[in-house]
Amino acid sequence: MKISLFVPCFVDQFFPSVAISMVKIFERLGHEVDYPEIQTCCGQPPFNSGYWDEARNLAGHSMDTFRDADVVVGASGSCGAMMKVFYPELFHGHAREAEVRALAAKSHEFSSFLVNTLGVTDLGARFEAKVTFHDGCHGLRELGIKREPRELLRNVRGLELVEMTEAETCCGFGGTFAVKYPEISTAMGEVKCASILATTADCVVSNDSSCLMQVQGILRRQRSAVKCLHLAEVLSGTD
Amino acid sequence: MSAPATSAQFHRDAGRVAHDLRHRELMQKALGGYYLKRDEQKAKYTDWQQARTAAAGIKYEAVNHLDRHLVEFAEKIAARGAKVFWASDGAEATAYICRVAREGGVKTVIKSKTMTGEEIHLAQALEQAGHEVVESDLGEFIVQLREEPPYHLVFPSMHLTRGEISETFERKLGSPHAGTPEELTMIARGVMRRKFCAADMGISGANFAVAETGMISITENEGNARLSTSLPRIHVAIVGIEKVVPRLDDLAILLPMLATAGAGQPITAYNTMLGGPRQPGEIDGPEEMHIVLLDNQRTRILADPEQRDALHCIRCGACLNVCPIFKNVGGHAYGTTYQGPIGSVITPHLRGLQNWKHLSAASTLCGACTETCPVRIDLHHHLLQNRRNAVQGKAAFFEKWLWRGFELVMRRPRLYRLAAPLNRLATKFQPLIQRTPLNPIRAWTNTRDFPKAPAQSFKETWRQRRNAPSAPDADRA
Repeated sequence: MKISLFVPCFVDQFFPSVAISMVKIFERLGHEVDYPEIQTCCGQPPFNSGYWDEARNLAGHSMDTFRDADVVVGASGSCGAMMKVFYPELFHGHAREAEVRALAAKSHEFSSFLVNTLGVTDLGARFEAKVTFHDGCHGLRELGIKREPRELLRNVRGLELVEMTEAETCCGFGGTFAVKYPEISTAMGEVKCASILATTADCVVSNDSSCLMQVQGILRRQRSAVKCLHLAEVLSGTD
Repeated sequence: MSAPATSAQFHRDAGRVAHDLRHRELMQKALGGYYLKRDEQKAKYTDWQQARTAAAGIKYEAVNHLDRHLVEFAEKIAARGAKVFWASDGAEATAYICRVAREGGVKTVIKSKTMTGEEIHLAQALEQAGHEVVESDLGEFIVQLREEPPYHLVFPSMHLTRGEISETFERKLGSPHAGTPEELTMIARGVMRRKFCAADMGISGANFAVAETGMISITENEGNARLSTSLPRIHVAIVGIEKVVPRLDDLAILLPMLATAGAGQPITAYNTMLGGPRQPGEIDGPEEMHIVLLDNQRTRILADPEQRDALHCIRCGACLNVCPIFKNVGGHAYGTTYQGPIGSVITPHLRGLQNWKHLSAASTLCGACTETCPVRIDLHHHLLQNRRNAVQGKAAFFEKWLWRGFELVMRRPRLYRLAAPLNRLATKFQPLIQRTPLNPIRAWTNTRDFPKAPAQSFKETWRQRRNAPSAPDADRA
């Protein structure tokens, strides 16, 4: 299968190893990986800020980017939800509505694509650590992804998965919210991090790097040694 | 252009409470028990999701045929002697109720809990007209003594500890120090019983108004609403027009769901149906009953096809209980009658979008509210729509150009390519200005570390690999 990678702008800029891990995983599974280089931002930041015309133009750019793709697999539940859920809303009654629905149908979040489309739950990975999983809100509630990342993690050799009590509680990132309301955002992040620390896990894993940026930002400031990794980074490790 | 005062107040108060670790602990403790009880009750439903769909269906039907159901309700309850007043706004409603009080020679008014009454500042209006008003719901009684608005639309005094309540009673009622909830309740009851007997007018809200039978349904845990509506000579019920449901049978699902979603109860302790004043031959009940049907901008929500489902709300407060914003900023920071997600959605409709749009912005759009809502209101998507509507109405100059610029760059892959070297440059120089006002990301870095730019962006890595196809893989680790 030819898989077109959708690498959100902040993953491209700050967390390239997430996308590199995805390439490794898909190639190891025998698939061809394509990365349309004209891709930039899915348009979620202006969309969430109420600037839907600007968001629509960026969504149009994404549609052009992935027009010839067979399947599009994204590194982030949040940006994936933008494509799958919010693009159709944004183009409701618009000339490109059919096109946007086609893109939504062929685009997938990483863990959901592995488990539900490829039917793979064991990637032969090894990762020696006690791990807790953070559910990114958009992946969890817009895309309904909960079971998939856990199934993948359970099959990682050496990995012990422990659930935190606040797994489904928002980390407080929320895009521009994080800087528009920094006090509330930080308070939410602190609640999240307290829950992570209470598990005594060595590592917090998520399928969304944007949440991890927030969690890592707070954990580093608290001088905590808990590592923050994207699911793909854990799954790409082998013996 | 400066932000409206409402927004400045929210920023200030929310910021202050968010830092307050004692408040954080208090909320976690108060809601921890609720989550357990709620989940226990939800598990008793054969299919909670199906029940939500059914409840939403009832409210959908009611709201989309409001014209028919409201008229049926009004005609049937009027036929049993209740006087029905249609109030288009809060001023009309309070003027009517003050007139009823004046003409009825009312001295003391006893009030059971009504958020609709809060919405139109009914107690204040009656007090200004010279009537004594006493809250009879325990939580409301406490915040009334403290001269505070309710903290939460179901748990008005959830922000107070036992010690603080005792201190309030000692200061305002001259009571001795009380250590247990039972002692505190007995102190309040002692005061209230006398007021119940003296009151000439009782005011209540309504949880539902049943069109089929022409009755209002009131659900409560303390029995105070029964006393408020049956002891005084005059009973006034203030009812938002969205409270109507078509059939009596509809309550069979709505009452348990309200109790479960709102308080983790199988059913609320006291459920009362009231269908008019005292009838000939009856030995108790009020001589007069007035139903005030309140619009107060609800028809504006009705006219908005995207957000009409906000009128489904049964005011259970479940969305507040799961909202991480509410839990971290508390109820008073909102400055609204209705707090939490539902308040952020409807307040712009009730009181003006430009002055209340900041509440829709103060959300991560996590969707916990939508997931929990027993009547399936699409709450967090409505916050997004409010943001869009606010920009369409009046976009802030700076923000507008920021997003235009963002779009300009992001639509041009060649321009975007400059982002990676600029990011590396910023990582180098940012520490120099980190603690100065020049730091453009200080809102982030004041409390959190910012990630450093990697040696290469993914795009750069990929291009390198593409140009050297013999390389084994893209791994740099």
